[in-house]
This record gives sequence, structure tokens and C-alpha cells, in this order.
Amino acid sequence: MRPHIREKKSFTFTEVPENTSFEAGYLTTVNSGWRSIRPVIDTAKCVGCEQCYLYCPDGVIAIKDGKAVIDYDFCKGCGICAKICKIGAIGMEAERK
Amino acid sequence: MKKFLSGNEAFAEGIRLARPQVISAYPITPQTIVVERLSEMVEDGSLTAEYVHVESEHSALSCAIGASAAGARAFTATSSQGLLYMAECLYYAAGGRFPIVMMNADRSTALPWNIYGDQRDSLSQLDSGWIQAYAENAQEALDLALMSYRIAEDKRVSTPYMANLDGFVLTHTYETVDIPTREQADSFLPPYETDNRIDFENPRNMAFSAGPDTNYIFKYKEQEGVLAARKVISETEAAFARTFGRQYTGLTENYLTDDVDYIIVTLGSIAGLCRETADKLRGQGVKAGVVRIRYMRPFPNDEIADVLRNAKAYAVLEKDISFGNEGTVFTNVNSALKKAGAAVNGSNYIGGLGGRNISAADIENIYTDIANGATGVNFIGIGGEDNV
Repeated sequence: MRPHIREKKSFTFTEVPENTSFEAGYLTTVNSGWRSIRPVIDTAKCVGCEQCYLYCPDGVIAIKDGKAVIDYDFCKGCGICAKICKIGAIGMEAERK
Repeated sequence: MKKFLSGNEAFAEGIRLARPQVISAYPITPQTIVVERLSEMVEDGSLTAEYVHVESEHSALSCAIGASAAGARAFTATSSQGLLYMAECLYYAAGGRFPIVMMNADRSTALPWNIYGDQRDSLSQLDSGWIQAYAENAQEALDLALMSYRIAEDKRVSTPYMANLDGFVLTHTYETVDIPTREQADSFLPPYETDNRIDFENPRNMAFSAGPDTNYIFKYKEQEGVLAARKVISETEAAFARTFGRQYTGLTENYLTDDVDYIIVTLGSIAGLCRETADKLRGQGVKAGVVRIRYMRPFPNDEIADVLRNAKAYAVLEKDISFGNEGTVFTNVNSALKKAGAAVNGSNYIGGLGGRNISAADIENIYTDIANGATGVNFIGIGGEDNV
């Protein structure tokens, strides 16, 4: 399951659970604002091996049509995907140049 | 069945009857015998539980939190610096609403290092969100062990429960204790069921963060849970009396307070000597009484105010000091009276720190002092010239 935004701006008193357990993956805001470098997939090189998908600590990489795609709403820019990619298909680029 | 047991052993017998599924413990001093007895029970098969030897008190409570988050009934025990080392996890357990039960042997805190009894360890953690009970004797310790899970696991409460036993005076001395049967215990305490747990069929986020918009709502609900324990403790004690024939008196226990001038408010094992002293003074025509606080959280505001408002003066006797102010129990008792609009002259007696004995003569002196208009914070045995 990929993270995805639910349209939910605020919780009422009764909607807040009695304890700290709630439906998994319930995200109401994007979470990537502090990212300073972003991974960029070179789709010409990418072979869809799924290594980046497996290693991504935030679960924001999916394989679509045989290529890796990144959800930038939740990618923190840690660069693990770029490190793990053996064929050099992922580069890290500055957010602000 | 009656047995001659220490407070630790009595509590272990109560926990055996409560059938915890996970027990986590760090076995080194200041840990007490309670977890040693439980490990023997697991070894001999009389208690079916996962017994986890962890590497610290911090890990002991973390392990219990994990077990509770998996839906298990969990138990741990500690004391003194061990409780303080757990402090971070106390808040996780309470905020996560995990109804873990812990026995704490009330012992002194460093420095100077000392493992004799006083109540500075647990009273320092009043704000952690745990229910806090204080036993007076070994029988009450066993009975609290049985009642604790029923109170903590009640859906209106869902709050961890700390049962405090005075170090050495109660944990290591022996008394005759009545142990209920397995059938009685099982009829009193059903298995733990919760949806606040890891569930592979219905995955949930556990122990998550919450931002400023909702965080305080969780804290409000946490407060409601601990307050709800007042009613649940009362209901549980009524059910306990029906099953086991022993009656408890809720958040406080009053002695000779119907027609009373001078009251000592205290907690734990010293209450017995206070009652003996009140008896003696009654024989001399002094209207002395005792209020024993059984629960510090939830705090018995109404119960204390209702009794103390009719007295001429009261003293709070406690094995605690909040440096720079006064004993924390005194602070709480004064707040109860203030909220009730009662103006009664009160004073604070600090004693028993680091295991120092509080004698019958000390207690008699307290009654004499408050009858003579004593005020302020007094350290027993150090002298009036040192009053704060």
C-alpha cells in the first residue's frame, strides 16, 4: 500500500481514538517539506529490479510499467535508493539550485 | 489457604492468580523478590507465562508495553532508581493506554545511595499517568494484585496500574496471608481482551505521534481514564468483597474520624502505628484519628476534604520531600481542602527517609504538635528550629 492523502482537515473530539491506535496509513498532510535533495529516476537505465522499492524506508517507491516511480509528497530525500541502485539509474538533485 | 508470606511473595501469589501472559524483569538490586518468586512459578509450571529476562528496567517496561500492544496481559516490577530509569517508558505506557500492572517496592533514591524504604521513588512519578495504589500489609498487597488488572483493563479506564509496597517494612517482612483459590480468582478476573493491539488481519498504527491539533485531546482522554478509575475501583472492590469476602474502602481508609479533632493523613505501612497511637490517645481523652490514603492517583480529593473539614487540625505524615517546597502528599491534601472551601490548620511531617524508623513516640508527638497549633514543614527528629 502506498501512502496517500485523505481529505481530512481536522478531527472532532469523538473522532480522536481513546488510545494511540488507528487505521494504518491514515495520512492527512504531505510530509516532505524539509527535503533538500531529491532522487530522480533515469527511466532509460532503470530495469525495474525493485531494489530501491525494497530499501526505501518510507515506502514511497513503486514499480509502474517496469520502471521505478517516486511519490515526492512523502519522499524525505535520504538517498538510500540512489546508493542501492547498482546500475546508477537514480541520481540525487538539489531542490533549490 | 493461609500461608506465611512476605509482601513480595503475597504480591507474587496475587499475580499468579491473575494469569499474566508476559512478565518482564531486570533481576538486579533494587529489584525485589517478587519477580524471583514469579520466575519459580513459571519454572514449576504453576503459572503459564513468557518470562523475559531483560537488560535494564527501561527495557523491562518497554517489553511490557510491547506485550500489551500485542494484546497480552503484562506484568513487571521495580523499585527506587529502577523506577526512575523506567520513567520515560511510564509515560509511553500511560499515553498508549496499555493496562500494564507493575509492583513497585517503595525505596529511597540516590544519593546517598540507600535501598531502604521511603516513598520518594513512586511519588516522583505521580504525573506519569499511572494509577498509584499504596498497600498497608501483605494481604492488601495480594488483593491489590488481583484487583489491579480488573481496574486497569476496564474499558472506561485503560490505564496502567502501579501497586506500591513499602520497601523492607512490607516487601520483606512476613505475615499470614489468605490466598484465594484458582476458581475464585478466575471468576473474578476474566481474560484480557482489547482492540488496542497489533492485528495482522486489520493493520493499525500503534503508539503514533499526534500534532498540536489533536495531542491535547489524547491528554484530555487520558485524564478522563484515570478519573474514571474512581468509580471502577469502587465497583471492583464491591465485586471483590462478594467473591473473596474482604471489604476495602476505596481511595482512602478512615479510622476514628466520625468524632475527631486531630487527624494524621498518611499512606502505606506506617498507618498501622498511627492507628495504634490514635487508640492510645483516645484512651487519654484526645480525639485522634487517621486517614490512610490508598490511592494517590486518582487522588481522593472529596474523600479527604469530607473528613478533614470537621477536624481542628491535621498533619500529613509522609516519606517524601519535594525539595524546595514540602512533601508532595501535603501539597495534594491542601489542594483538596482548598477546592472544598475548607479552612483547617494543617502541617507536614517528613519522616522515614532512607528507611529511618518512625516510632510510636514520633507519631504521638505529631498529634501533640498539631493540637498546639503546629504549622509548616517539619522533619521528624531534626527539630523545630529547622522548620522551613
